Amino acid sequence: MRLQLVNAAEHVSVVNWPFDQPLQEWTIDNLREVTGLHRHVVRMVAGPIAYVVKELPDPLAEREWRLLRELAEAGLPTAEVVGVVTGRSNSEGLLITRHLEFSLPYRTLLSRSGIGIPYLGQRMLDALAGLLVQLHLAGFYWGDCSLSNTLFRRDAGALAAYIIDVETGESHEKLSDGQRRLDILIATENVIGGLLDLQAAGSLADGIDPVETALAIEHSYNQLWLELTGVDEFNADETFRVDQRLRRLHELGFDAAELELVSTEDGERLRLVPRVVEHGFHAHRLRNLTGIHAGENQARRLLNDISRYRAVLEQRSGKKIKEVIAADHWLEERFDRALAGIPPELSGKLDAAELYHQVLEHRWFLSERAGGDVGMEETVSSYVSNVLAHAPAEQIVTPTPDDWPTDE
Amino acid sequence: MSTVQMRNLQKRYENGFEAVPGLDLEIHDGEFLVLVGPSGCGKSTVLRMVAGLEDISGGELLIDDVVVNSMGPQQRDIAMVFQSYALYPNMTVAANIGFAMKLRKTDKAEIAAKVAEVAELLELTAVLDRKPGQLSGGQRQRVAMGRAIVRNPKLFLMDEPLSNLDAKLRVQTRAEISKLQRRLGVTTMYVTHDQIEAMTMGDRVAVLRAGVLMQCASPSELYDSPENLFVAQFIGSPSMNVVRGSVAVGDDDTIELKFGGQSIQLTGESAARLKGLRSYDGREVAVGIRSETIGGDGTASIEVGVDLVEMLGSELLVHCTVDAPSVRAVDTGVELSDRVDSTIIASVDPRHPVKAGERVRLGVDTLRLHTFDLVTGDSIGRTQ
Repeated sequence: MRLQLVNAAEHVSVVNWPFDQPLQEWTIDNLREVTGLHRHVVRMVAGPIAYVVKELPDPLAEREWRLLRELAEAGLPTAEVVGVVTGRSNSEGLLITRHLEFSLPYRTLLSRSGIGIPYLGQRMLDALAGLLVQLHLAGFYWGDCSLSNTLFRRDAGALAAYIIDVETGESHEKLSDGQRRLDILIATENVIGGLLDLQAAGSLADGIDPVETALAIEHSYNQLWLELTGVDEFNADETFRVDQRLRRLHELGFDAAELELVSTEDGERLRLVPRVVEHGFHAHRLRNLTGIHAGENQARRLLNDISRYRAVLEQRSGKKIKEVIAADHWLEERFDRALAGIPPELSGKLDAAELYHQVLEHRWFLSERAGGDVGMEETVSSYVSNVLAHAPAEQIVTPTPDDWPTDE
Repeated sequence: MSTVQMRNLQKRYENGFEAVPGLDLEIHDGEFLVLVGPSGCGKSTVLRMVAGLEDISGGELLIDDVVVNSMGPQQRDIAMVFQSYALYPNMTVAANIGFAMKLRKTDKAEIAAKVAEVAELLELTAVLDRKPGQLSGGQRQRVAMGRAIVRNPKLFLMDEPLSNLDAKLRVQTRAEISKLQRRLGVTTMYVTHDQIEAMTMGDRVAVLRAGVLMQCASPSELYDSPENLFVAQFIGSPSMNVVRGSVAVGDDDTIELKFGGQSIQLTGESAARLKGLRSYDGREVAVGIRSETIGGDGTASIEVGVDLVEMLGSELLVHCTVDAPSVRAVDTGVELSDRVDSTIIASVDPRHPVKAGERVRLGVDTLRLHTFDLVTGDSIGRTQ
């Protein structure tokens, strides 16, 4: 038997697991079943760090371990791979990943009340289409894009999607149009299947049409793909169009690490081709400024708040203040102070960036009702008692049998 | 009903790697064609070109006599089977089979009729109202297949569909797929690296090496009459024993094959069968003997030292040493061992006890011998 572990010091508890027994027979503490559409036995081991363990044949376990690491190295949104066990007596390997904290499986998202995300169906498919685009830009063919192979995280009113099952995935230098089209087709079929199944169980939230939602994936994907990869052509004296294009990419949360500008055959016009496009423009900026890890929309929201705070500081001091200095003050005076006002027993319900975003939302709501700015302290207090106290804890959410009514 | 024709089909990557230098292959209407070869031989690349997942670098691909090089996967009306095995637990069997038709806005009556037709074919009519949890393993597999079939595709493409199943389920599913394909008569292209899968499932099997078609024939023809050393050694388990020997043609039309101090005389029918050897008089060739043609009755025999005996129940696999170097087909051609001896495997009737450490004489069926050119690896048979 062979155990390969990443960051062994952090995951030392894993070493004590009963790898010689089939996963189905494990009886260790904090072991949970993971309900869902699984081809293999899957369990969660809860604890200070929660893990997901999947049992599958050695070659597949090794392959998925390699692919997940490649995806993570490429900065793509995926589950953090922790280890792989191969060479067990039953030739079934074990793939160990870290549970994605604050993630919401689609069954929970679509069937449980209190989630409070408007336009849920649209948001989910946008997130899924966005994930497919990111993967395809990196040359990754998924082969089984589905709601059950994806986890969603709140992202400041929107959702961010994470790929968690790459069993059928393939890593290529570049994808052909045919590969991309088939991946979209598979995604569309899988999504309608997942939604119809929820509908059959009577668990699908109102207002979500399975067929229309599934069919909209392709449109959403195509729009984003075109925006990210389409070629712009303009006159030689219109180079401001480069800046325009970059801004559009940034608004979508992407950044162009490499652009190609070539003149047309007649030399009179320029052609702009984004070559290396990466997601996470705002998230990278926020992390560089403050060290906060956040989703793309959360980061955009927090960066806007930093800008506003900077303007206030400049007004107060009557001089220009560097962004990095303003961010430092903002972190201490606004972000940390707001979160410090949340009781410890409630602060684990959502991740820090999402909490702060919701506090800002709540402040806007209170201020509008009051007809003037409401202070942060009052906002936090109202948010805690009126919103957070009644919200479900989302640090570790797995679908329960209630989310999965079946007569199996 | 559909046909597929590959005319000098080529795949070159941007880095210059030529995965498929030029493939000519035809899949007949209703045929189950298996593409087999070792890892990296280009078989999946070929399938992906047919599916529209890889751009074609050169040549032509025709489906039903129409060139489809620039058509996308959807336009080609192809079903990639087993993309997903997931069955939806809250949906009935009927809904699991037919749900994807809703995406094409097919009306309910048509969906119901089509599902009923597929269920009939798959022998699932009696369980259409059940949920997957109430089905046997075999029935679940058939429901998964039903999802692909209901689209009525021109062509089924399957890329190593059984690779993530356990051994028992693999054998069961293999049989299910074969049975179903024959019942449906849908033209099918199936890719595998497993020659047993290929031999048990395909009407014809196309063997690829480094993107080049080595032979395409029925399983029995591939096994009995391999056109080259690569096919001879790739097909069959255990692999064909191949050693280096020489040819001596006698005045009386007999042919003598000599290797490592042993001699096999070919006369009459066995000499006629390998008459191409006459042009190799005095030269070296590769001599191929399948394990089941040693150790039984034969018109010739060889003496070997027994190293190991494996009892498999219906047969004894006897690993023996012969004083002749082995010959092996590799990606670049033919590889000659620099050792003076080699191991061959004989399949012996278990009623004839053989023990490790003994020297024994084993019969050789000279009517089932194979010989190959040592440089090209081509079979030397009747025509040379």
